[in-house]
Amino acid sequence: MRKEFSAAIERIAREDDKIIFITGDLGYNALENVVDALGPRFINAGVAEQNMVGVAAGLAYKGYKVFCYSIAPFVVYRCLEQFRNDVCLHKMPVFLVGNGGGYGYGIMGSTHHAIEDLACLSSLQNVNTYIPAFADEVEPMLEQIVAEGRPTYLRLGAGANTPDGAQTYGSFKHIVHSTASIGNVVALGPVAANVLTALKDELLVDQFDVFTATNLPLDLPNDLAHRLAGKPLLVVEEHVSIGGLAQQLSVKLLADGAAPSHFVSLSAQGYPNGLYGDQKYHQQLSGLDPANIARHLASFTN
Amino acid sequence: MTSTTELTDFQSLQGQLRLKILSLYHQAHAGHIGCSLSCVDLMIATLLLRKRDQDTFLLSKGHAAASLYACLNHLGDISDAELATYYHNGTTLPAHPAPNQHKGIPFATGSLGHGLPIGTGIAQASKMLGDGGRVFVLMSDGETNEGTTWEAAHFAMQHQLDNLIILVDKNGLQGFDKTANVLGDTADVRTWKAIGFETVEADGHNVDEILATVDQLTASSNGKPKVLIANTVKGKGVSYMENKLEWHYLPMTEAQYEQACADVNERYLLAQTTQA
Repeated sequence: MRKEFSAAIERIAREDDKIIFITGDLGYNALENVVDALGPRFINAGVAEQNMVGVAAGLAYKGYKVFCYSIAPFVVYRCLEQFRNDVCLHKMPVFLVGNGGGYGYGIMGSTHHAIEDLACLSSLQNVNTYIPAFADEVEPMLEQIVAEGRPTYLRLGAGANTPDGAQTYGSFKHIVHSTASIGNVVALGPVAANVLTALKDELLVDQFDVFTATNLPLDLPNDLAHRLAGKPLLVVEEHVSIGGLAQQLSVKLLADGAAPSHFVSLSAQGYPNGLYGDQKYHQQLSGLDPANIARHLASFTN
Repeated sequence: MTSTTELTDFQSLQGQLRLKILSLYHQAHAGHIGCSLSCVDLMIATLLLRKRDQDTFLLSKGHAAASLYACLNHLGDISDAELATYYHNGTTLPAHPAPNQHKGIPFATGSLGHGLPIGTGIAQASKMLGDGGRVFVLMSDGETNEGTTWEAAHFAMQHQLDNLIILVDKNGLQGFDKTANVLGDTADVRTWKAIGFETVEADGHNVDEILATVDQLTASSNGKPKVLIANTVKGKGVSYMENKLEWHYLPMTEAQYEQACADVNERYLLAQTTQA
């Protein structure tokens, strides 16, 4: 998604001279086009994320719309208080962009992973978080983020394009339509690709509807809530269970009186064996791999 | 007693604002009195006397909010009726400045180390917009313990933000000890100078001297951000509070309030009458 991101930022910033892009010294071999396009509106704030976000709040106070970019954990955890106090409480148009959400940085290790980011950020006041599952979602999300002009976190990962025929309902995108649906899957971010792979199992084909959640806090339309009721529901997210999609969705469903018949949450488990590997390795340890997803879906068919 | 160098044309204002601050803390039965009294003279010189419409004033040491509220009330930005709600349920004037409530309070502060990065961003924006805006950021010396101070200082230097004026209220006391005994002098003027700032030290209670210093700093467009290290006294103007750590926290008893008002009257208001 980084390529799509930099191309979209370049285009949007060329059209809007109030956009400023600040990086925390990241972007080599990725953002050179943005540097060239924005000139003085591209700022490298150095390895100083707290100041980066405070400076962004000050720039926003004077009328600018400011992107702050880094590897996801660095732009979330280090400057959480700056984002909360200086940006969110004041409803400033400051947009955090975290590259490599979840286990995206793989073998780089736990310091480079962001598996609690959405719990931290989606709970703040006046905020929206966007989690594209597919590369082609990045540009329209960026346009929406700039148009909304509110505190935002954009969590980037790696993904293919959206399946054909997707339809949007509030925070949800219906990406797989089943003609004989016995249950539903809701996935968050690029791990949705593992759900699509799991559904290639011939025993599972055409038996499940699949949705992605594109942003938190959730906007769950009432008719979609009731569509999810009474059937098994599997939630898949590369994020810890606490404060993630499954918790936020379950609260919404229960509040709407729309309880699924079964509710299974697959989420990031951290580092259960204390060992490290690539993104797929960590997904497998957490049970987020296609085989484990397929096993759970198969259990719903019995 | 007050030295003659502290007796200026502004001493009546210094006294009146101190009485207003004491009254606020008295009716609220609240602490942070010493912190407000150490920086009010810096606020008189900048917020009241030198801030123009295109400028921004940020109270980074948000625990001195009563001093800010008293000054904004003096400017007419906060009405007497609003000021009377200080510390009460339903107020826009809590112990630390709140967001989105008053024009003169652009940002909520209270967690230390936030005002300087924000002010740096505002100064950078003014440079980009060419609007001539200056930014005054009032910090405490204890606050310079925060790493964001030095992240922002280097950013301001790199971007040649000579429209950024930092005022350090250097009273030598922080939350639980003298600054010298905690991390040492993290507000040392030599540190700022080494980074490249234009630096000046002044008596932080002599409004004439602060004004002259601020005018000197704001007159130069040399690409260097500025810092005024203001030597101050915690609890300045109230005999039993001066240089006492406990007046970071304690509220006043009735008797202490009466003594405090008497001290201020004698030092700032009666002294002026006598002089006249």
